[in-house]
This record gives sequence, structure tokens and C-alpha cells, in this order.
Amino acid sequence: MPLTLRADAADTPIEPGALVTVPGRTLSCYVHVPFCATRCGYCDFNTYTPSQLTGMTTRDYVQAAHREIERARHELDDGRPLATVFFGGGTPTMAADDELAGLLDHLRQAFGLAPGAEITTEANPETLDEQRLDRLLDAGFNRLSLGMQSGDEQVLATLERHHTPGRAVQVARWAHRAGFDNVSLDLIYGAPGETMDQWRVSLETALEADPEHVSAYSLIVEDGTAMARHIAHGRLPEPDEDLEADKYLLAEERLGAAGLANYEISNWSRPGREAAHNMAYWRSDDWWGIGPGAYSHVGAARWWNVRHPRRYAAMLAAGTGPRAGHEILDEATSHEEVVMLGLRLRDGVRMTELTRAERSALPGLAGRGLVEVREGAVRLTLAGRLLGDAVTLEILG
Amino acid sequence: MTVQPGATDPAVIRNFSIIAHIDHGKSTLADRMLQLTGIVEEREMRAQYLDKMDIERERGITIKSQAVRMPWTVGDQEFVLNMIDTPGHVDFTYEVSRSLEACEGAVLLVDAAQGIEAQTLANLYLALEADLTIIPVLNKIDLPGAQPDKFADEIAGIIGCDPSDVLRVSAKTGEGVPELLTAIVEQVPAPTGDADGRARALIFDSVYDIYRGVVTYVRVVDGRLSHRDRIRMMSTGATHEVLEIGVHSPEPATCQALSVGEVGYLITGVKDVRQSRVGDTVTLATSPAGEPLAGYKDPKPMVFAGLYPIEAGDFPELREALEKLQLNDASLTFEPETSGALGLGFRAGFLGLLHMEIIQERLEREFGLDLISTAPSVNYRVVMEDGSEHWVQNPSEFPDGRIEAVYEPVVRATILCPAEFIGPVMELCQSRRGTQLGMDYLSEDRVEMRYELPLGEIVFDFFDALKSRTRGYASLDYEPGGEQRADMVKVDILLSGEPVDAFSAIVHRDKAFSYGVEMTNKLRKLIPRQQFEVPVQAAIGARVIARETIRAVRKDVLAKCYGGDITRKRKLLEKQKQGKKRMKTVGHVEVPQEAFVAALTSADTAEKKR
Repeated sequence: MPLTLRADAADTPIEPGALVTVPGRTLSCYVHVPFCATRCGYCDFNTYTPSQLTGMTTRDYVQAAHREIERARHELDDGRPLATVFFGGGTPTMAADDELAGLLDHLRQAFGLAPGAEITTEANPETLDEQRLDRLLDAGFNRLSLGMQSGDEQVLATLERHHTPGRAVQVARWAHRAGFDNVSLDLIYGAPGETMDQWRVSLETALEADPEHVSAYSLIVEDGTAMARHIAHGRLPEPDEDLEADKYLLAEERLGAAGLANYEISNWSRPGREAAHNMAYWRSDDWWGIGPGAYSHVGAARWWNVRHPRRYAAMLAAGTGPRAGHEILDEATSHEEVVMLGLRLRDGVRMTELTRAERSALPGLAGRGLVEVREGAVRLTLAGRLLGDAVTLEILG
Repeated sequence: MTVQPGATDPAVIRNFSIIAHIDHGKSTLADRMLQLTGIVEEREMRAQYLDKMDIERERGITIKSQAVRMPWTVGDQEFVLNMIDTPGHVDFTYEVSRSLEACEGAVLLVDAAQGIEAQTLANLYLALEADLTIIPVLNKIDLPGAQPDKFADEIAGIIGCDPSDVLRVSAKTGEGVPELLTAIVEQVPAPTGDADGRARALIFDSVYDIYRGVVTYVRVVDGRLSHRDRIRMMSTGATHEVLEIGVHSPEPATCQALSVGEVGYLITGVKDVRQSRVGDTVTLATSPAGEPLAGYKDPKPMVFAGLYPIEAGDFPELREALEKLQLNDASLTFEPETSGALGLGFRAGFLGLLHMEIIQERLEREFGLDLISTAPSVNYRVVMEDGSEHWVQNPSEFPDGRIEAVYEPVVRATILCPAEFIGPVMELCQSRRGTQLGMDYLSEDRVEMRYELPLGEIVFDFFDALKSRTRGYASLDYEPGGEQRADMVKVDILLSGEPVDAFSAIVHRDKAFSYGVEMTNKLRKLIPRQQFEVPVQAAIGARVIARETIRAVRKDVLAKCYGGDITRKRKLLEKQKQGKKRMKTVGHVEVPQEAFVAALTSADTAEKKR
């Protein structure tokens, strides 16, 4: 049964037809908390330090987010409960525990939570202690994603992270003890100057915490960041792509040996602990993004909110929706996304999803050891995961 | 005495040219003459009236000449001055020589702050060879940096006159220009010719005009040409009817005839300047002259380059654009050519470097084409052991078999520069395999150096190198100087073992290694890493002389891809898809267009374009 999202937002109008969702799609919610204590040199996320937002508190933000949840409840009245909720940032734990709990309560009230719903919050290790973990658990969060980044002091300094190498492991252990049975550690490899040994130490350190889930990303030097300027001026060395490839292979080896299986290019987990929220993105399910700069995807529509927290709050206070723009995904574009995202997953892309022309690229790719076709799906091999973009490009031609 | 066109007494005609270096103020002087003689009103005046093309105006140089008829009264007598403009660049020596041939006198115009330049000197020699009366003039005497006394001495030394004979003018303010016009009347001889003889007129220029077809500029040497006459081009024997005849003053004015000694234009309805060739003799079809005027030469391209559209679909547009340019440029040649790496394009022939640059610029600017040009090459004569002979303009035509000898074109170059730069200039010429022919001091601190240089050594960036070594003070002129035997080899560049024709070059054996190293190194940096290792080699025949390796790409983007990243990631993918379409595949190697452009552009040229 097709469900309809009411298209009465006051910003860019989206034709109601585009908001008809597809049967079987689950609904998720992402809550963007745009605050950080300091700005890390590599970061280009939509986040702000207190000095960049003088006069605006987390309370002002939370109030605006409540307003957006209320709008979402009215616009999306299809009765689906939330399959997953994810608080990301920024640093969600910059907000007080009762503020986070309040938002989650509101979501529960507005949409309901599906049985066994995965409720995640991101956190920086330095912001958590045992008391806070208890309170988050009590509020209903059941998954913790910790921004560990590295287990090496020097690398953490390059990344301008302010926790000690052991802190994330400590917090993960506290979380387990408190009752979280789903803890993820985020790692970054390829920071300027990072050696293979430093990366090995990071992996070993992370594994000491016995996490259920690990994300490992290669550092991307984004234009406009402080790190990009440091590299341009020779203050930091250029990233070494070959070394990053080796680091990826080491991650695969070490995490695999510890019982964490790769299920998406940059994500590893114990069986059954795959990040359900992120899987919703990769499987093109529906999700509503609350908060400044957040993206949403419902039916054939994707939209995004205004980026600045002050503007976001002002629009909602004035009774308008905070949408900044949208796109309507036509069939060709949706297909492109399904292939692009599906190839990143362990389960790959169903052969029936591919056109004849797209399938014709497969023998060549398989011959070069980049993909394998089995059980009616095309999947990246380990070599293919390293060159996933190239494979996608070759299949989509 | 009447001064009507077609009935002008030769005794009152003065035909002259202005010889000057770029920037020495020729166009400004011409403008001032148009104003002083009253044929252009002040309000109609636009700077550099006679230079019609934008590029000319921008670069301050004249590519196509024109002739203007101006009245000037001395005493009670009205005289007719025909000012014949000459092209102002080294590549157009032949055209200059024909323009000078149409005159009896020449104004030698020299910037009083800079002194004479190589090209001016070369044109002066042409004028002296043509027996013209030279009127030396120093321009820009109003400038604070002017050194009229010094350069008057220099000029006097060169042409053998007294320094006090050198006139001093400011074309900008008009000071001294009336005196110059009077000096032209007094010093330049009137034309002499056989008024009753069979008609002979020298074509010194022909210009294509979209409304009127080809406008042919002539100087009547003997007899007369009239409206409705049937005329014959003596080099080809082709006959045409004179549909229009007239003079420019400076706007065209028709008349009934042009008689002996006069300068004007005629229109026959032909559409292509190659049918009305500079240097050819026009006579009457009914009573043709027995002998053409001396000195006709077919235009011969000296420098060749492949021109390829960046968008393969632009090939027909490129052909059309070249055809249009050729309507007005008899010296431009082109024929279709296929490059494995660059696709369909043309091999074009040019008179020289500037000619090539101008054509490339006009193709891009006036016709909106994006082009890749291969490195310029010259015409080599290759003699095989079996005695057969090949002309090679394109490295890909260089024969494979057993070669007896290769002959390369050489030029005689004249370089003028301040004496302090003698060392750097000599060093540069030696590094380009030059042989010094002589050196003279023009004045205490300026020298004229003469070299024989292989044309192939100066076609690429010689002029830029010369300018940078002399802080811009050197000037260069050259003329063809025959050919010489040289140890030339073809260096191929191979990607994954496949030769890339666009990068092949014919170079001297002593320079093959450095060319190979430079190109392989450049390409290693320009070609993105592929999924497999790509060897980049330079080779002479089967012998590899330089090698670099583009290592296989190990990974692409391993960043996270969450909700907010999907649109961005997809757009990136779409961009890559578009980029892939613009890649040229050489063997299995995908080479972006930008890599070809960058590899074929010298660092200097790239710098200059920015």
C-alpha cells in the first residue's frame, strides 16, 4: 500500500507524487547535533564550536529540533514506527543527557519505535563517564558509536583530537559494563605521517575493548579544511594512497581475525551487529533527518535542511520548514544509487537489478578479480572493495 | 595636372611604405597622416584605423596590409601619396618584399627610446635591395626616455646618411608629421613606367571580404587597367573580368581605371585569395604582356603542426574554420590527418611561428574551437639507402627503413640586442646547434649577431628563450637559408608498449635522450594511475632510451558514505562518467585530454597563456 507524505512544508515545494513511498521500506530517523567542543583540522562536517555560535545554546537547538519533529509528525502521518534512530554530529553528547532523552522521547511519542529498534548515539570518548552512560541507557539508547579515531597519541594530535589513546577503550568497557551490548568504535587511517605500525597499534587497541562493531575510514583531506591548508603549505605530508591501501588490508586481516566481518566497504561487525541505521541508507529505505544540514529521503524525494543552526532555529521558530533544497530521484537516478550503494555491501547487488548492458561488464571485472557473481548477486571481492568506485563506474558505464 | 584616379600624372604620385618594428608607432603615424591629409575626420578617427582585425589591434601588429591614397599639397601643386602598409612580422618577409616592390620610397620609422630592431633592419635591407629611397624618422620624441641623438647616429651609421637627415616626429602629438609628408613628396621619386606599354600590375596584397569577394591590391607598373577589362593572372593564366576598380581613401571609392604608377584595388568576383596571389602580375587578356614582373614566388609553408578538436564532434567546424581562414590567407595549408591518440584533425602548414600562433588563436577566438596542437615540426628531406626520397612534415611519416641521410631546413637569423647580452645569446644559439656567421656593433652598446640555425630548433620556444635571456631586449628576424644534413632521429613515446603518435618527435640525436626523459617524466605525472601498471617509454626505433612507470592504482575513495553523502557521491560518479567519455584510450591506457594538452605545451607557453 503506497503511503503519502504530506507536502505542506513552507520551503521548496515537492510535488506530492514524489513523496509516495515504496511498500516494504522501513522508516528511520537521524538527529543531527551540530556542536563540537573544538574543531578538528580534518573535519568538514556541519558542526560549530561554542565561540562560533555565541548566544546560541544546545537548549536553543533542542527546542528547534523539537519543532522539526513536530512538523515531521504532521507531514509524515503514515503510521510507520521508527526502525532505527541515530543521533550524530557534531558531538551529540555536547547536549545534556536530559536534552537527548527529551528528543528521543518526543520521537517515540510522535512515531513509535519498532520492536528491537536500534537507537544509537555518537559520542566522543572525552565527553562520557560511567554516570552519563547509565543515563543514556536509561533514556533508551542501546547502541554507542565512539569516535576513537586512533590509538596513537601522535596521530590523535595530528587529527587534533583531545582524548588519550586509552580513553575510548575505557569508555567502551564502561559501556559494556553499564549494559550496552552494541558498541562501535570509529577509526581513521591515513592521517598525515601515520605509519603502518601506528595503524596496527590503533587496531589492536580498539580490539582490546572487544567492540561489536568497527568503522574504519581512510582520511579524506577535504578542500577548505585546516588540514588541506597545512598540506598545501608543506606543513603536513601528502596522503600516501598505496600506504592507505595496505592499511585497509591490515584492517581486514586484524578485524577479521578478531571475529568482526566486513559487511560494508568501511564497516565490520560481529554477526547480527551490523549497523541497522546505516543499512537503511545503503538500502535506500526512508529516513527523516532532523537538525541543521540534515538529509532526508522519503519515496522519490531527497531533501536537505539549511546548514546554519541559527537559521535553522529561526525558520522553525517562525513556523516554516527548514528545508534548503531537494531533488527528485527519477528511475535512472534511483537505479544508479541502488547499484552504487549496493556494491558497497557484503550482500552486493541482485543480478536482476542490473540491465543487460551493466551485466556485460561483469565478466571482465570478474576476470580481473574485482567482483564475483554467486547466488544471484554481484559482490565486490577484497581487491574490488579497494577499487569500488572504479567497479561502480565500469558497471554503470 | 589632374589628380583623378585613372588619369593621374605619374609626376605627382609618390608611393611609399612605412618600415617599423611592432610598437614603434607605425599605426599611430598612419592615423596621423590620414587626419592631416584630411581624408579622415577627427570624429571618425579610431585608433589604428587601418588595422582591421581585433587580434592585430590587440597585439599592435599588422597582419594584412592595405593601401591608402592621400592628397598633400606642396607649394601650389597637389600630390597623390599612396601609403602601402606592410605586414609587420618576420613570417611575412615575402609579402613585405612585394609591398616594398610596389613603392619608390620607404619611411624608416624607429622608436627614439629603443632604437632599430632586427626585423626593421631586415625590412630595411629588403627596401635597399628594391632600390627604394629611405626617409629615416625617429618617432616618440615626446617620450621622457627618448634618446634621439643616440639613435639618429645609429640610423645614420646603418643607412649611410648624416644624423641631421633623420627626421624627428611624434606620431602621437602630430609634431613633425607635416614636415615628413612634405619630405616624402620632395625625396621619393615619382613612379616611372611605360604608360603606353602592355599593362602590367603587381599584386602586393589580396584580401577576402565576405561582401565583395577577393579584393586585390595592385600597383600599375605599365599601361592601365580599366573597369570591365578582361585581365589575366600571369602565374596561373586564369582570366577574370574587372567588376570593380578603385582606390581606398581610406574608404573604397570606385573609378574607371588605374593608370601607370597608380595604386588601387580591383575586384573580379573570385572567392579565394589563392586565385589572386601576392607577387603575381596582372595583365590584359586581350593584349597580354610578354614577361611578368620579376620576383613571384609560391607561398611555401615552413612550419607544420597537427590541429585537433578537443571535442571529436567539432571536426567539421574545424574544417570549415580553416577553409574560411584560407580564403584570406594563401600561405595557410592544411590536409586531414588521423592520429591514433587525438582522432581526426588537420596537419596545417604555416609560414612561421607567429603565423601559426595567429591562426591557432583565431581558430579559438573567432570560431570558438577548443584545440590541441601537436608540437610544431618542419619539413625534413629523408634520403634512403635505396636512393628514394621522402619529405617528412609529420613525425609519424618518418620512414622506418635504412636511412642514408636526413636534411633539415636552416634559416639565417639576425638577432639585435644590447651588447651586455652577447654571452647569453651566443650560448642559446649554440645550444640550438647554431653557427655564427658574423657580428657587428650597430652602436657602442648594440650588436647585430648573425647565425645559421636549424629551423626545427627555433620553432618551439626559441623566441621565448631569447626574450627571457635578454630581459626582452633582443629582437629576431630570420629568412630561409636552405638545408643541411643532420643526424635526426625519430623519438617515439610508448604507453604500455603502444606508441602514441601525438608525442613522437624528430629531434637531433644529441637531444633525443633529454627529450625522452622530459616527455616520459611529464607523462608519468600527467596520466592518472590506472588499474594496472603502465610503463612510459621513449624509444628510437626498438631501442628504449628512457623509461618511467605509472604504478597501478591501489585504491579509490574509502570514505564513509552515509545519508548526507549519497547525493554528493552520486554527483561525483556522474562527473567521473563524463570525464571518462573525454578520455582517449591508447592501447588500454585512458589518457585525459588535459594530459595531451599539458604534455604538448611547453612550460614557457603555458606561463605565457596565463
